[in-house]
Amino acid sequence: MMTDIIQKVKNLSIGFRSKKGDEILILKNISTNIKKGETVGIVGESGSGKSTLALAMMGYVKHGLYTIGGECQFNSSNLLKMKSKDLEKIRGRKIAMIPQNAGQALTPNLKIGYQIDEALQLHSDLDEREREKKISELLNKVRLPSPETIALRYPHELSGGQQQRVAVAMALAGTPDLLLLDEPTTGLDVTTQAHVLELLNFIAKDTGTSMVYVSHDLGAIAQVSDRIIVMYSGEIVLEGPSRDILKKPIHPYTYGLLKSIPKLSLAGLPESMPGSQPQPGTIQGGCSFFDRCNFSDDNCKNNSPKLEFLKDLNTSVRCFNYEKLVNENEVSQTVNKIKNKSLDKEILNLSEVSISYAKQKLLDQIFNRISDENPTVKDINIDIKKGETIALVGESGSGKSTILKSIAGLLRTKDGLIRFDEKRNLSSDLKERDPNDLRIIQLIFQNPDESLNPNHTVEEIIAQPLKLYFGLKGEELKKNIIDLLQKVRLGEFYMSRYPRQLSGGEKQRVAVARAFAAKPDIILCDEVTSALDVSVQAAVLNLLQQLKEDFGTTYIFVSHDLAVVRAISDRVAVLYQGRLCEVGPSNDVYKFPSHPYTEVLLGAVLEPDPDIKPKLVAEDIVEERPPEKGCSFQGRCSRIVGDICKKEIPPWQLTDSGNAIRCHIPIKELQKQQF
Amino acid sequence: MLFLIIKRILLGFITLFIVSIITFVGTEVLPGDACTTYLERQAFGEQLEACYRRLGLNVPAYERYVSWALNAIQGDFGYSLSGEMPIKDVLGPRIKNSLVLASAAIFIGIPIALILGIITALWRDKLPDVAISTVTIFAMTIPEFISATLLILIIAIWLEWLPGIVIVPTDVSFLELLPNIILPVVAIAMIMTAHMARMVRSSVIQVMASEYVQMAILKGVPYWKMVFKHVLPNALLPAINVVALTIAWLLGGVVVTEVVFNYPGLGRLVIESISNRDLPTVQALAIILASIYVSINLLADLLTLMLNPRLKTLQIRK
Repeated sequence: MMTDIIQKVKNLSIGFRSKKGDEILILKNISTNIKKGETVGIVGESGSGKSTLALAMMGYVKHGLYTIGGECQFNSSNLLKMKSKDLEKIRGRKIAMIPQNAGQALTPNLKIGYQIDEALQLHSDLDEREREKKISELLNKVRLPSPETIALRYPHELSGGQQQRVAVAMALAGTPDLLLLDEPTTGLDVTTQAHVLELLNFIAKDTGTSMVYVSHDLGAIAQVSDRIIVMYSGEIVLEGPSRDILKKPIHPYTYGLLKSIPKLSLAGLPESMPGSQPQPGTIQGGCSFFDRCNFSDDNCKNNSPKLEFLKDLNTSVRCFNYEKLVNENEVSQTVNKIKNKSLDKEILNLSEVSISYAKQKLLDQIFNRISDENPTVKDINIDIKKGETIALVGESGSGKSTILKSIAGLLRTKDGLIRFDEKRNLSSDLKERDPNDLRIIQLIFQNPDESLNPNHTVEEIIAQPLKLYFGLKGEELKKNIIDLLQKVRLGEFYMSRYPRQLSGGEKQRVAVARAFAAKPDIILCDEVTSALDVSVQAAVLNLLQQLKEDFGTTYIFVSHDLAVVRAISDRVAVLYQGRLCEVGPSNDVYKFPSHPYTEVLLGAVLEPDPDIKPKLVAEDIVEERPPEKGCSFQGRCSRIVGDICKKEIPPWQLTDSGNAIRCHIPIKELQKQQF
Repeated sequence: MLFLIIKRILLGFITLFIVSIITFVGTEVLPGDACTTYLERQAFGEQLEACYRRLGLNVPAYERYVSWALNAIQGDFGYSLSGEMPIKDVLGPRIKNSLVLASAAIFIGIPIALILGIITALWRDKLPDVAISTVTIFAMTIPEFISATLLILIIAIWLEWLPGIVIVPTDVSFLELLPNIILPVVAIAMIMTAHMARMVRSSVIQVMASEYVQMAILKGVPYWKMVFKHVLPNALLPAINVVALTIAWLLGGVVVTEVVFNYPGLGRLVIESISNRDLPTVQALAIILASIYVSINLLADLLTLMLNPRLKTLQIRK
């Protein structure tokens, strides 16, 4: 039925010219149809061409790229050949975009109300008063509190989740037939993400709009889409009904991808996929996934497979050997269980630690003190055992990175003691630590692009700690560098490369090698996998685990991703607004009873399984600072028991398995409520 | 907000105070002083003593600084050595002349710079951009004494359209001055406009590549509306500070150009009083130029603060 098709992509190729003059393809001969009322998920890693495809569906090609062939048909006219005057009538009115990063996509000097009004002026016939009413309606629809005041604010005055909702409202203003969503929840907190997805699902049902949902996150895709398109280096490799693709993927890439995602229900590290996605223009013929495939043969090396439609499965697949996978069972996850050694020697102890970002007034500077009644981080008591991996989890603003900074010495503590090995006091900041104190604690940062000096070669990067702490020189230095590179599974030839010549996963490996070069006792990992692609993430997690077993290092692992934390950590500490909520062995933290905040976090995790829906327990309000009195979570808690929560700091309670929960509700009662 | 303004103004005064001390100490440390310069070979014995008494140089340095500073605040900078007239009478017409030159250059140069910058950015890599950018780079790289000399050669000597150098009394009226300033203004404006146009170009290009401009396009906002509503307000904010520095540079006297054209402005006065070892005038000039820089930068900062909603609300909340 042709009439049902709303957007038809036909043989689309988009690319750019390299400096040598070669034509390099970002999209290779893409064909697909978007039907009325359906939600299509386009999934792929960074560089797979998914965003380019979504933008092309609006007739937009980024500066530097150009259309090489094919078309994007909307109402039987090709958007890619349309004049900008006609495009202006379709964009925002027929097809609207919800961008990845609403914080950057809203114009900073214009008020929220104006930006929505602009869309209404362009795409509706309403007069001024009707438009004003409509703006409130739209802001209400995306569930923003007090629309009238929000409309008068500037984008930077809203939280990330609120900005994303505004972007949704703006897209809905033109009542489009097709909504394109480009990673709309990436970069939001887990709970906010779950709420925004739920809102999008509601809007899809409510308005009957077709949606194209672009994301790297199979968990998010699983929650919204009817059909999934999997892209790999500019090609569609698999396309079919969402449930089939997630439960029984018949393309090796999708199969491997699903296996490499850590799941909440399973402790232990997922299997990793080797290598990374090839750069555009580097594939020499043959299947683009050949290097990383477990099912490949000689045919795959020399010939590139065509996208083949399988009628009985209602699925298209680009693979010679898909039949090998048709007979595989559902994606069964094999995990490498973490071996817990006997952990009894304490290595780092935080007692009563408070950290404040308050500016020191003149008087405080003179007396060298910090006066802040309500510091960002307060009452942190954790003892960390030698050789364990302890994870700090929480949403942004929970103080997890702040605590890391204090341990590393980048931020001095306000009160309390940080002690290493029971005697050495590390409460001071960097300036007062001796070189050995600095050596024993090393950091690995979230984004290797920013933490590696772009003007240093890999050799120089890894040589720095070796020279600084051990005074190595010449042959010995070189031998050590090669040794370290091998430990992180990088060859000797990487020594002369610069960070820009490495892939994301390789850069992070170099950062790991640099941290281990100092032979530290403790390594602080700050969201080390969140900037990496899913298929690379598992490999880095496995590497970290291997190194830890070899060297007996202790990890303090900060992450917002509860599934990753579940995979790698022995113990978990849950933080809200800089206060501890729950501490315990990870097996127990992930089981009920839980602190109400842990419950919220666990409920919001998105799994790549259409049958597991997130449970939204609490509102996703953003609190600017911790409450002055009482429980830190009182503002959002759905299980609040009364005045006591607002007045008194809750006591620590122990569960049978040794899990500590800080709540006024008795453990038994919590257990009853949560089952 | 008010607190912030007061704080910035106070900081400005502290800057000026430090500048005044540096210039005072500087002139003190230099060998020789006003009297030795003035009396030349007669600078000994009774005459020198008399001169010291007359100019008040026989009291300790800090006392002289205090009385000098107190007078300077009231606009009295003492006497110029060369002309033996009050410095404020020497400065007055010079400041006026520099103001005339600067404002003419500003009123012509800034609008042209903005327009050229925006055109080159919007037609990036196309013919208008390539043409204008080539010219601006050319204008930027030719030193002003060469362009000024060429202007004199072509316009004044070959074509005989305008006077080549300014030979009017310092305190001439505005109308009489007008034909004389055209060439200096062109010479200055060329460099200034080229610099600013390139700054505006890169700023506009940066904003054009931003996600919010892409969003505006995808929202169906017509091109020119997008340019005026979404691009320019954000692109021109950073230009304010550059414009301010340019204005301060202009007011401070465009030394080379003024010398080439023999223009009676502040810049030439600086050169003259330094070569005449007219230390009181040098001191006065240093203070005046410093105050121009401080106040123009202060104004620019406050303007940026007012126009940038991000900074505005931030300051109010804190």
